[in-house]
Amino acid sequence: MEVCGGQTHSIIKSGLDQLLPKEINLVHGPGCPVCVTPLELIDKAIALASRRDVIFTSFGDMLRVPGSSSDLFAVKAAGGDVRILYSPLDSLKIARENPDKTVVFFGIGFETTAPPNAMAVVQAQVQGINNFAMLVSHVTVPAAIIALMESPDVKVDGFLAAGHVCTVMGYWEYEPLAQKYKIPIVVTGFEPVDIVHGILKCVRQLEGDRYYVENAYARSVIREGNRPAQAVIQRVFELCDRPWRGIGVIPQSGYRLRPEFAEFDAELRFPEIQSIETKESDLCISGLVLQGRKKPHECMAFGKECTPQTPLGATMVSTEGACAAYYRYGRYADANRRIDGDKWLKNPI
Amino acid sequence: MCLGIPGKVIELFEVNGMKMAKIDFSGVVKEACMEYLPEIKVGDYTLIHVGFGLSILDEKEALETMQLLNQIAAME
Repeated sequence: MEVCGGQTHSIIKSGLDQLLPKEINLVHGPGCPVCVTPLELIDKAIALASRRDVIFTSFGDMLRVPGSSSDLFAVKAAGGDVRILYSPLDSLKIARENPDKTVVFFGIGFETTAPPNAMAVVQAQVQGINNFAMLVSHVTVPAAIIALMESPDVKVDGFLAAGHVCTVMGYWEYEPLAQKYKIPIVVTGFEPVDIVHGILKCVRQLEGDRYYVENAYARSVIREGNRPAQAVIQRVFELCDRPWRGIGVIPQSGYRLRPEFAEFDAELRFPEIQSIETKESDLCISGLVLQGRKKPHECMAFGKECTPQTPLGATMVSTEGACAAYYRYGRYADANRRIDGDKWLKNPI
Repeated sequence: MCLGIPGKVIELFEVNGMKMAKIDFSGVVKEACMEYLPEIKVGDYTLIHVGFGLSILDEKEALETMQLLNQIAAME
């Protein structure tokens, strides 16, 4: 299983899934932050973005994610002030320029985006920018690996760990998991050649009946990770139980703001958004896709009711979602079709 | 969202006490926060995620990957 949705897109785009021997089945993991952000948070984001006293800022991926009855693009089209950012720090600039509004930033992501988002909160406090708040939905990879390994329905023989999450956190956290679950975990990058390298290391461990953590992305990752970034995560966030869209609550799998930064917590600043009733699509099986239990094209709605233009689930929206990758690169039905590698090299398409 | 874009540091400066840099992404220059890379210097390559440098790329490892890519290109 490749953990990160960015790796899934690289695999499908480059056709690695079709070039590898049939014994190697790449199962797509839950590492798409847009996809696992719970519906309740999307609905809260929509409620906040609809307010006239709020400027809502977000990474672009979140805007088309379907909520219970709308999405952030629809809010923007209806006149809501919704802005796409390059960096979380841009929120602070917008807040300084608009002192009569509250700027709410949608702080989502895995450990990779946690240090940038945390820095926005630290800087808001240091610079005394009080009209800034963050709607937090951070999640962590090791907790997801534990949840998958503890689930009786998930049968994964090895993990390609997400290279950029490990850039921040290092890979020491995964060493006890590889031993406990007797499973190879290989830190892997995002280029097709990085992924093949990761798969090779994983297969060699399996063939040698070994299981430990290996680093196949050494140009960016060291074992201890980025210590200054980890220190700011620790300073701003604390671990909490977090619901994952389509999967359910995973214990100690998320970050929330520490009490010292409560004044920047959008959910506390706008308590009226707490009681929102949510409704998921009856057709969407994105939860099973995110756990690697179904492939996207096995969904009845795939490519029919559900397309990137009219997504039923977040996995069809995001540039890291498995369903969007399958749709975009034409894995419509027969995803198990193999290409003869030798023939292909002689006569590439 | 977790994807990083490699770029070269061409200038370092401070804004509001924060270490910032101008990063050259093969011709496109953007600013990024270097607060998490205290040891970075002009000329280093870094991976930028949502406007932040999170790692300094190891040149030796990067060159090895480039060699692998070139081998694949040669096969084609």
